[in-house]
Amino acid sequence: MTVNWAGTAFSLILVAVAAGLSLYWGLGLERSILWAAVRAGVQLLLVGGILVLLLRPQTSLWWSWLWVVAMLGYAAWTAKQRAPGVPRIVPLALTAFVVATALSLVVLFGLGVFPLGARTLVPIAGLIVGNAMTATVLAGRRMVEEFTDKRDEIEARLALGQPSREAAQPYVRGVLRSALSPQIETTKATGLVFLPGAMTGLILGGADPVSAVLVQIVVMFLVLAAASTTTTVMALGLSRRLFTPDHRLVRLARTATG
Amino acid sequence: MVDHPHAVFALEHVTVRRPDPDGGADRAVLDEVDIEISAAGTTVLWGPSGAGKTTLLRLLNRLDVPDSGVVRYRGTPLDDLDPLALRREVGMVFQRPTPFAGTVRDNLRVAAPDAGDEAFGSLLERVSLPREVLGRDADTLSGGELQRMCLARTLAVRPQVLLLDEPTSALDAEPVRIFERTVADLAGDGLTVVWVSHDAQQVGRVADQVLEVADGHVHPRAAAELEDEHP
Repeated sequence: MTVNWAGTAFSLILVAVAAGLSLYWGLGLERSILWAAVRAGVQLLLVGGILVLLLRPQTSLWWSWLWVVAMLGYAAWTAKQRAPGVPRIVPLALTAFVVATALSLVVLFGLGVFPLGARTLVPIAGLIVGNAMTATVLAGRRMVEEFTDKRDEIEARLALGQPSREAAQPYVRGVLRSALSPQIETTKATGLVFLPGAMTGLILGGADPVSAVLVQIVVMFLVLAAASTTTTVMALGLSRRLFTPDHRLVRLARTATG
Repeated sequence: MVDHPHAVFALEHVTVRRPDPDGGADRAVLDEVDIEISAAGTTVLWGPSGAGKTTLLRLLNRLDVPDSGVVRYRGTPLDDLDPLALRREVGMVFQRPTPFAGTVRDNLRVAAPDAGDEAFGSLLERVSLPREVLGRDADTLSGGELQRMCLARTLAVRPQVLLLDEPTSALDAEPVRIFERTVADLAGDGLTVVWVSHDAQQVGRVADQVLEVADGHVHPRAAAELEDEHP
């Protein structure tokens, strides 16, 4: 089953409905909705075009790896834009992305879950990096929020002679728990309420539902692993950066929540 | 400056700058401060709000560091001391009570993980709290009780110096009196106390010596003068 260009154009009616609702309620979001829809369409078409090039049998797999590296860089830059109050986020986010990506790729390709090729590498890396990016921004903001809110308590612990890592521990643990819980809840509810994107796409594309489900299960675990490794790397890395080597708490500007 | 044998802290040309909240140039909260703080009794750092008293106090256990100058503890520059060991010798109670999650016992255990209820009980008695509060959730204590629990928690580390950052500013008259009496007993037992206060009457009640902090400068004052000036 395929969707042709005319069909794609008709789906714009759905965007028009969203924009119309915004207009009717005076939300002022119609331009934003249209711009988001157009931008997403153009971006996806561009990526589709690049994928066509990458998937040609004569194209070296190195181009796909290069694409993955570019995604990592762009994701780190985006994380910086979305969490401006988090100190020196770029190197930390990059580390988190690389750890999450490497771990997942080693499991998936090393154990032969998927064959390694442009068709598998680019979308899977995209999935990991995309989820890792969201988790990074969330974890970064929560850490800065928590360390600003609990500044007095953390300093009281330092004043008792606790090393910074020990003083930070209860708060890091709280951040990790609250950052990971939504991901776990989503994983639990999968299949009962909503059919996730990868599976929906495969089934619409004509794949056998059971293979679609198996792919989806792998994807879900991938997303869970990506989110938890990134969150953990971010939280632990940041908790070090929020202290000086002589166990003082760094002063933070309260902009990370914006 | 020569190290005075009776001085527990000495500040030499200490300057601390902070960004101007209105976005202007950095301003010196402490400007070339040269003082000594006596090891004997209670020294009060007195002055109006925003004068730099808290900043000065936080230099003494290295929660902050000066932009220039040297802070010495018993003659040794703080840079040459392990900050964690320093903080166990120089305890601090903050302006707002800072209970940790859990019971009073949990709070004391953060400071002294190996101590038992017997030791915790005598700590609580030293700060005029009944032993029975050990099992209570810290959040259920009143403001005065909470601040004394924080004092007990600080004492659990067995400090030789106690830094108090306006610890009674949020308390009613009766809890203030209990807190002051408790600290006077501790000072009587040989603990060195450095107490930040903006209340001239309190200075009269608790101070053995007074240092006035104003406009980034610090000068010795007589407690009696302050009480006359600020009745």
